[in-house]
Amino acid sequence: MAELVSLRETYGKTLVELGKENRDIVVLDADLAKSTMTKFFAAEFPKRFFDCGIAEQNMVGIAAGLAASGKLPFASTFAVFLPGRCFDQVRMSIAQSGLNVKLVVTHGGISVGEDGISHQAIEDLALIGSLPGFTVIVPADAIETAQAVRLAAASRGPFYIRLGRPKLPLIHGRDYHFQLGKAVTMRQGEDITIIAIGAMVAAAISAANSLKGQGIDCRVLNMSTLKPLDEAAIINAATETGAIVTAEEHLEHGGLGSEVAKVVARGCPVPMELVAIKDTYAQSGKPAELMERYGLTAKDIEEAVHSVVKKKNSS
Amino acid sequence: MPAVDNITVGVFPPLSVKDMEIKARKLRRHIISMIGKAGSGHPGGSLSAVEIVTVLYFRLLRHKPRDPNWPNRDRFILSKGHAAPLLYATLAECGYFPIDELLTLRQLDSHLQGHTDRQLTPGVEMSAGALGQGLSFAIGTALAGRLNAQDYRTYVLLGDGECDEGQIWEAAMAAAHFKLDNLVAIVDNNGLQIDGWNREVMTLEPLADKWQAFGWKVSEVNGHDLNQLITAFSEAKLNKGQPTVIIAHTIKGKGVSFMENNVDFHGKAPDATQLRVALKELAE
Repeated sequence: MAELVSLRETYGKTLVELGKENRDIVVLDADLAKSTMTKFFAAEFPKRFFDCGIAEQNMVGIAAGLAASGKLPFASTFAVFLPGRCFDQVRMSIAQSGLNVKLVVTHGGISVGEDGISHQAIEDLALIGSLPGFTVIVPADAIETAQAVRLAAASRGPFYIRLGRPKLPLIHGRDYHFQLGKAVTMRQGEDITIIAIGAMVAAAISAANSLKGQGIDCRVLNMSTLKPLDEAAIINAATETGAIVTAEEHLEHGGLGSEVAKVVARGCPVPMELVAIKDTYAQSGKPAELMERYGLTAKDIEEAVHSVVKKKNSS
Repeated sequence: MPAVDNITVGVFPPLSVKDMEIKARKLRRHIISMIGKAGSGHPGGSLSAVEIVTVLYFRLLRHKPRDPNWPNRDRFILSKGHAAPLLYATLAECGYFPIDELLTLRQLDSHLQGHTDRQLTPGVEMSAGALGQGLSFAIGTALAGRLNAQDYRTYVLLGDGECDEGQIWEAAMAAAHFKLDNLVAIVDNNGLQIDGWNREVMTLEPLADKWQAFGWKVSEVNGHDLNQLITAFSEAKLNKGQPTVIIAHTIKGKGVSFMENNVDFHGKAPDATQLRVALKELAE
């Protein structure tokens, strides 16, 4: 088993490094600095850290004003509140304004666990992905998180980076080089492609290993940049492997699966299955229990693969 | 327009009160002509804030119309984005863009959108239109100025109806918490919002007490009296350790008899006859 590392903690520590390199970086939080891990930056650079209290709408507006004055703001809270609590502020003050604001959110998905549905962001990618001009990244491990945060700081324009609460296994090597808008081939394969984001990438690799023993050769893509989507990699996968399964910790509606389906339908229609939450809210429970109950495990991916391979072979 | 001739030197030269009265009348004519030509727009809340914006742009603000992104400029943030015609007319009169362009308001491919767009119009600081967001944005520009040790000031114009929005009070709390004495909010208190009088739609009073309780220095003025406005803005500069709000008592539709205190002209253009009458009333 690969080493488990916290993406949130990696974010917080990366912010401190960035803060040393760039004096224009400022960080905002909404009374969750201990959970989002912006607390590290707050301790190191108290004058460049603004706790906005439990007022996410105001935080987003302040971030926009800071960006409009040449600062490089990172604003953080839980994914359920940003964009959920302040969608109109993100829409007008950041997206429509084309401002250089970086939103890095934590506690995405249902692996938040016991706090229950009020704290489980399962719609955030649909909301943020709908906004023109936003770059949306869902890192799959701590190594990718650090690089994505650094890349956001070095790029112009609005970014949304979604992190989960639990630690995740390191699935990229230390020599990994994150490229914006490029799918990462985690494993080559010819029979079918599994396209996954976030915590589901590790599950996809695990499913692929199991399926290998059953005679199914899976390609696995980490689609960490959800927007702009690597359409070429999707078309190649559809053309070369003839079947696709997507996997994400989000509603089926408006997330990775539906975005990939658009590309597949337009460019190279092949059988597809979506491993995602099916038009429902989850509940309180241990993260692993919830992932199992709501169909987000390696086993669920395996079943989806069997289903599409069957369709592929009968067509 | 002697002022426009001097803009290349940098800081805009201040107008006298008498010249500002003439300028205000001219801005009102622009507003009516623009909205009349467009066939839609918001005359009421544009006309009510004419003197507030006139005093700022033609007397108090430090700005360079030929260099709209000059880092040390004072910021004017129009939070009530539906008063865009007022801001556009003012910016054009200052020389940010040609006055001819005012009549393209709301037309396809114009850089003068129905509500302000910071990416399209030189001099527009903030994209607005959805109410309640400007004070937060203004806190951001004020904090940036403090962090950079720049001495520019931030002014943000709010509508009174806009103060229904919860975000205004989140921001009011934060501006006082951050002790932003480089920030001045002005409430265009014309008493009307789309569905009627504030007091009938949603009670705002006691408005001054609310701001004071949130930690602001409050002053109240007649928002059509240039001298009172100048005094209030000057006093705000001397106030240290807290932000200032100027509650400007105004008349919606001010300057056009049939628009004054008439909520029907919140978001309605004058027809051809009304346009003629209005321009006649506002003639030099």
